[in-house]
Amino acid sequence: MSSAETAAVTARRMPSLSMPVLLAVCYVALPFVLGNSFWLQVSVYAGIAAIGAIGLNLLTGNTGQVSLGHPFFLGAGAYAAGVFGQDWGLPFWIWLPGAGLVGFGLGALVGPFALRLRGNYLVMVTFALVFIGLHIFSNWSAVTGGAAGRGISVPVAIGPIDFADLFGATRDQCYFWLVWGIVGISAWLVFNIINSRPGRALMAIRDRELTAEFVGIDVSHMKIAAFAISSAVAAVAGALYGAYVQYVSPVEWNLLLGIQYIAMIIVGGIGSVAGGVIGAVVITFLPHLMREVAGSLPFVAVNQSDGGLITVFALNQILFGVLIVFFLVVAPGGLARAVSAAAGRLSAPRRHK
Amino acid sequence: MIDFTKLIFAGLSLGSVYALIALGFVMVYKATGILNFAQGGLLMLGAYLAQYFINGLGTTFWIALPMAMLATGLVAAGLQRTIFDKLLTHPAFTVIMATWAVLIVLEQVPITLFGYDFLNMNDPFGLAMVSIASVQVFTIDLWTLAFAAGSVAVLAVFFFRTRMGLAMRATASDPEAAIAQGIEPRLVHATAWFVAGMLACLAGVMLGGGSRLVSPELSHVALRAIPAVILGGLSSPLGAVVGGILIGIAEVLTAAWAPTLAPWLGKNLHLVMPYFLLVGFLMFRPQGLFGQRQSGRV
Repeated sequence: MSSAETAAVTARRMPSLSMPVLLAVCYVALPFVLGNSFWLQVSVYAGIAAIGAIGLNLLTGNTGQVSLGHPFFLGAGAYAAGVFGQDWGLPFWIWLPGAGLVGFGLGALVGPFALRLRGNYLVMVTFALVFIGLHIFSNWSAVTGGAAGRGISVPVAIGPIDFADLFGATRDQCYFWLVWGIVGISAWLVFNIINSRPGRALMAIRDRELTAEFVGIDVSHMKIAAFAISSAVAAVAGALYGAYVQYVSPVEWNLLLGIQYIAMIIVGGIGSVAGGVIGAVVITFLPHLMREVAGSLPFVAVNQSDGGLITVFALNQILFGVLIVFFLVVAPGGLARAVSAAAGRLSAPRRHK
Repeated sequence: MIDFTKLIFAGLSLGSVYALIALGFVMVYKATGILNFAQGGLLMLGAYLAQYFINGLGTTFWIALPMAMLATGLVAAGLQRTIFDKLLTHPAFTVIMATWAVLIVLEQVPITLFGYDFLNMNDPFGLAMVSIASVQVFTIDLWTLAFAAGSVAVLAVFFFRTRMGLAMRATASDPEAAIAQGIEPRLVHATAWFVAGMLACLAGVMLGGGSRLVSPELSHVALRAIPAVILGGLSSPLGAVVGGILIGIAEVLTAAWAPTLAPWLGKNLHLVMPYFLLVGFLMFRPQGLFGQRQSGRV
């Protein structure tokens, strides 16, 4: 290998080395940089969404099972947190995995539907699941507080380490570290699933189910497992959301949320763990950023009474729809692929003749 | 007994609206293979347009209705030409998500133009009632039934008596052979969307008229017609009509009976009843009542 080639290889490896360091610095420093601002809260929400998107990407991106039913599992997780953490007074290290377990069980219950149905029909069932979930959440008052919703005040401490009060940091800062720490754990777990024997089996099912069956993959088993794990991750995200917001009502777990999660993995990158995280950050920040710039756009009204041509909410929804179509058609790999392609082009050796 | 007749009648009326929406779904699905979740957006747009023609431009209902239907049909055909024609070779996931994206955008158009207020259609039916065999029914419900029956009849004539209808049936049964016979697939696709748009508009006007109001909620009603499509079978126009009517009756009967018979099932059970039926049917008879079992070759 010539020295030029070695240099090129090193250059290409550079991002893979510097990336974790950069992420670690961001993880530690961002809560200080953002201070105690509104954007820190948005970052916490983005982290919670990232956990959910990682779960959905395993199911939809890697196994090819399109699910709009994510809000059902997120909601179930939030209520499980309320019941375990508040009503039963269980500590953090029990209620959070407990919520995940509830999600796992529900996913395993719904999973068998996915065995009989694929493509269009699975979308239909998961879409119906959102409405059935909304019905249960608004009526099971003992657990969910009914249509009015319920408060969730739960402990977030492991032994002496209280994530609500770390070395005098504010609640938002602590939650940032907690949530993004769990993003890291979920990403690591799902990444390992994808890059192992079961993960390859899942992708084989996605690409050609019949062939997967012929080479000896237990398709039904794997499909239900993917559903259960994805739902467990979603429930953990929902539980963290409930704990952070401290109040949830049934209307939050609506169909639009399910479409938003699908949008996250489309925008970020289908089938890529990093893609799920990037997409979650983009989709979470977008409406708030739009609200910021809306003031300087002449035709946009921040509130309905402002009398602009279009409200920020409407503009956000439209932008959201356009983004979905754009990434599906023009950039199907999402931002994750676009970023790595750009990085590759930068670090790749230039060939002159 | 009178109560029961009344309920069945209300169910028939609601069901015929679902049938109109479901027919639009099936039309587009058969012609293009697309499950068009944006149908609710078209329905909402159509209702708001008709309302604008009546209240804003001062036309009578009988001029506003065809105008709105034409406009909504053109919007639908435009969507096909600009977006969905380009997605024909893309995977099903892409197309389905694109219809959701279009729905999200379409829902914002009437809201941006007319706001969130509930608007009165000012149609000629209003709250008028007629008495049939000593049962009092809303006039608009009768008209809804008549419009649905009329649409089905017109569509039947269109499918079985016109060249375009023949071309559409040919495309649905074998797209490649149809192209080989000189049928222009794009024209067929655009026609299917156009008809679906018109049906959606008609359904929207009937849902927003009479004792009800035009509101952003209309878009959600269209989603409840999706179970009707599954009940009848995705590719069966007859099934769409039967499925729509069954869902309508089931919803009305649940609304009337569930609160007294099974209060423990929760409030507003009728709003999720269609979805329970959908899940049940997908579990035990995924091809629906009239659909054909899907089989694939290895």
